[in-house]
Amino acid sequence: MTTANQVLSEVEYDVVGKRPVRPDGVDKVTGRAQYGADLNLTGLLHGRVLRSPHAHARIKSVDVSKAEALPGVRAVVTAADLPFASLSKDELGNDYNRFKFLSDNFLASNKALYRGHAIAAVAADNAHVAEAALALIDVDYEVLEPVIDVRAAMQDGAPLLHDDLVHTSAMGEVSEKPSNVASYMKFEKGDNAAGFAAADVIVEREFTTASVHQGYIEPHNATAHWRADGQINVWCSTQGAFVVRNITADVLRVDVSEVRITPMEIGGGFGGKVAFYLEPVTALLSRKAGAPVKVLMGRTEVFEGSGPAPGSWMRVKMGASRAGKITAAEIELAFEAGAYPGSPVMQGATCAFACYELGNGAVEGYDVVVNKPKTAAYRAPGSPQAAFGVEQVVDELCQQLGVDPVEFRLNNAVKEGSRKVEGPVFQKIGLVECLEAARNHDHYRTPLSGPNQGRGVASGFWMNRGFHSSVNITVNPDGTVNLIEGSVDIGGSRASIAQQAAETLGIAYEDIKPQVVDTDSIGFTMVTGGSRTTFATGWAAILAAEDVKTQTVERAASIWEVPADEVEYDSGVIRHKSEELSFTFKDLARQLYTTGGGITGTASLDPTGEGNSFGVHVVDVEVDPDTGKTEILRYTAIQDAGKAVHPSYVEGQIQGGAVQGIGWALNEEYYFGDNGQMMNSSFLDYRMPTSLDLPMIDTVIVEVANPGHPYGVRGVGEVPIVPPLAAIANAVEQATGKRMTNLPITPGSVLEAEWNGG
Amino acid sequence: MRAIDYQAPTSLSEAVSIMAANGDRARPLAGGTDVLVQLRGGRREADVVVDTKKIPELNTLNLGDNGLQLGAAVPCYKIYGDSAVAAAYPGLIDAASMIGSIQIQGRATVGGNLCNAAPSGDTIPPVITLGGEAHINGPNGWRTMPAEDFCTGPGRNALQDGELLVAIQLPAPAANSGTAYLRFIPRNEMDIAVAGVSSTVTLDASGQTIQSARIALASVGPTPILATAAGDSLAGKAVSDEAIEEAGRLASEAATPITDMRGTIRQRHHLVAVLTRRTLNIAIRRARGEE
Repeated sequence: MTTANQVLSEVEYDVVGKRPVRPDGVDKVTGRAQYGADLNLTGLLHGRVLRSPHAHARIKSVDVSKAEALPGVRAVVTAADLPFASLSKDELGNDYNRFKFLSDNFLASNKALYRGHAIAAVAADNAHVAEAALALIDVDYEVLEPVIDVRAAMQDGAPLLHDDLVHTSAMGEVSEKPSNVASYMKFEKGDNAAGFAAADVIVEREFTTASVHQGYIEPHNATAHWRADGQINVWCSTQGAFVVRNITADVLRVDVSEVRITPMEIGGGFGGKVAFYLEPVTALLSRKAGAPVKVLMGRTEVFEGSGPAPGSWMRVKMGASRAGKITAAEIELAFEAGAYPGSPVMQGATCAFACYELGNGAVEGYDVVVNKPKTAAYRAPGSPQAAFGVEQVVDELCQQLGVDPVEFRLNNAVKEGSRKVEGPVFQKIGLVECLEAARNHDHYRTPLSGPNQGRGVASGFWMNRGFHSSVNITVNPDGTVNLIEGSVDIGGSRASIAQQAAETLGIAYEDIKPQVVDTDSIGFTMVTGGSRTTFATGWAAILAAEDVKTQTVERAASIWEVPADEVEYDSGVIRHKSEELSFTFKDLARQLYTTGGGITGTASLDPTGEGNSFGVHVVDVEVDPDTGKTEILRYTAIQDAGKAVHPSYVEGQIQGGAVQGIGWALNEEYYFGDNGQMMNSSFLDYRMPTSLDLPMIDTVIVEVANPGHPYGVRGVGEVPIVPPLAAIANAVEQATGKRMTNLPITPGSVLEAEWNGG
Repeated sequence: MRAIDYQAPTSLSEAVSIMAANGDRARPLAGGTDVLVQLRGGRREADVVVDTKKIPELNTLNLGDNGLQLGAAVPCYKIYGDSAVAAAYPGLIDAASMIGSIQIQGRATVGGNLCNAAPSGDTIPPVITLGGEAHINGPNGWRTMPAEDFCTGPGRNALQDGELLVAIQLPAPAANSGTAYLRFIPRNEMDIAVAGVSSTVTLDASGQTIQSARIALASVGPTPILATAAGDSLAGKAVSDEAIEEAGRLASEAATPITDMRGTIRQRHHLVAVLTRRTLNIAIRRARGEE
């Protein structure tokens, strides 16, 4: 067995594509890196949040007087302290529902919509007093029947979370009566009825997936100081400081310039720290107490009070010809939004069939509110669920047609120019190259070695994002540069962005000093998410570096008293065309302050052309027929990275995504009691895979350069979580003969399938 | 978490007097891997925790002709780190080396596992099948009881106010005997048993006939269960798949599981039969000196 990671490179560069040490490495391995919980401001108070024990309840009253009277308590806040409480429906107009939902998820006003919903918060001299004060808050609840399953929530007569939630249908009709369906969408291409009529084989199945959590190690935290002059300073763990700034300002009804967010180091996010929960509440506590306040969540609060990925129900139907071509495909998806609208069902719908060239196709999606925490982004939001259904139906088509699952996928693969069901046309993409790498891989060519084993294959898609990024590059007199960025570094992006700047400037990677700064210190930068950071912030770094190059050329021209167009910049050397005059970058840097002043390059951009990501995973499993337990024997993940700027971190992303997908597939789920309470809100019983549950995840980086980026980069962080669910289900089917259509595929569910003959 | 008094007595008599003075408001502390988590999580309350790690009688690990005297505060790593103990009681080592994680095993104790009385306590079934006895000291002096009688309900044990579990006494292993413990968990470590089974068998000198057997179960009832009928069914029988299968069936019958987030009733009955077969086969091989 070969287990080495492979990189199939198209183009080689000097710095891009190498594996330098990360700039934040020393601080992190020595424990010096500053996370939110490490922050200790002078006079700091400690806050805690009171949360609803009920999944669905009307809040009749909240009495905080006893808590306020407890010695050591400095402030208590409830929804009555949010601006929403003092704004009328008329004043808010069309913005009423949006603003109510936004405010209510920070502190519930009239209803608790999930167990763990924040009701009140306390700041006290220490955390023990704060906890004691929570117990003194009297909340009078009228407990209501909860609805936690997406299909149950869509039924007539289901308990309604919101009294006035109506949605607009595909035809533009507004639903007559309120329901839990927050939105509905439909896309079609070609003639699906004709496509199914032309099919030789048709497979149709229903699937469900469970609510799963991102499982970041570091719980949410926030420290806020609402200063006497009105300035609000916040330090927190977030994937997007500017998003926290904008929404905090919105919910508190202050100007964005009055809020400064400092992103601390982040202990994992996976999309879950795009959402946030504590910052405005902590700011309100600080204003009331007149002192800085720090609030930390515990693990149970993270599970019960922060966004999981949505549970889902899907129906998938696909037809294919004997020639092995897909003739028609349709999918219906219903996603749990949690307590407020906004599941990623649209993304699920647009990713569902993205790997397949379809003449005919239809996708329909429902966004449905249920009594669970509001869902948050989780790595390729919506795509893993859809792939769990589609990739199993494809597997079954292959079985019925008797064709190899990789060959079938190659035979139907999208390429440059293929049009998706919802409209967009693909630019240059690398799905075919990934499938070919799978077919040629030692793993795929090695037979299984024993009984009760199976091999599964699945593909996955993620569109990736562009969005705003800003970078400033300042040249230091010693020839190093400070690279100032607003992208929080979750997965090694300081390194991957610095590498692109170094490549562009033609200087050493070690001479780039990247720093992630607060929202007052850099231009607008969107979240670290959507697999956009190395792509878009990297591009901003390239443009800022180009700006530096231009200015160094102009400076050299002015020193030499020659026209600037006679000076060129080549690999870190500024040279007159005569080749008699030249400066190295360091030479010129030393002279900047005596020849006209310092140089700062700057760039802000909102790029398109992000290029899409595809992955193909191959997994071997063995299922214990006595216990139903699935062991992962071998796992290979293949992915088009466009150009892997730092291959080690790309491999880390691929491995991490695959492992999280394995968790979804085999064990992870929110397990609810009868009253909608999560029963397994700890890492003991919410079973994420440990290193002992996994083989080494082998990777193959395929490089099909993205024409939409100077170095061909595609985002890599999300697509690796898409294929594992179905790949494992397909492998389990081969090992057991049981088609597992509900996640997770626990040992118990495999035994049940055996007993039920399913 | 509110403030709690911490006491670390250095003698058994001092410990018992602190325990007696505080009644049900005192909790003994050995490794603390359960009690500290419970106190912090609000699942137990106490005014005083009595650290037992400085009391000599609770720290003995003494292997002799009469078997093993295992102090209630001896951490798991010391048990499996003692090669003579490990050789004599491989079934106990199965359990002691799978609790929690390496880090947890550095603190967690068999005595604490027994006192915590979780239905899933991994070391309890092998202590039971090995014929372990609990040695208890309290205001009224010493008393002894079989390990299978010690747990009285989930999180409840037979200790009276003021009493401490001092040691567990395991008899010397009989000739041609073997023990094995297995649990089923969905992951491979860091998990709580969905079901667990310990089997102890004693063979005749030929290694072909079972003289006696004891089978005990975890996580399939309110307490660990000694499946007497299952063990007795093997007495006098030749080693055979049929006899082992029948013992598995009887062990499954002895289980009284519930359905919860870790497993269903049917799954747990099924797993008891599977694990009984597997542990009996390992125990037989160990009795024969084959592993």
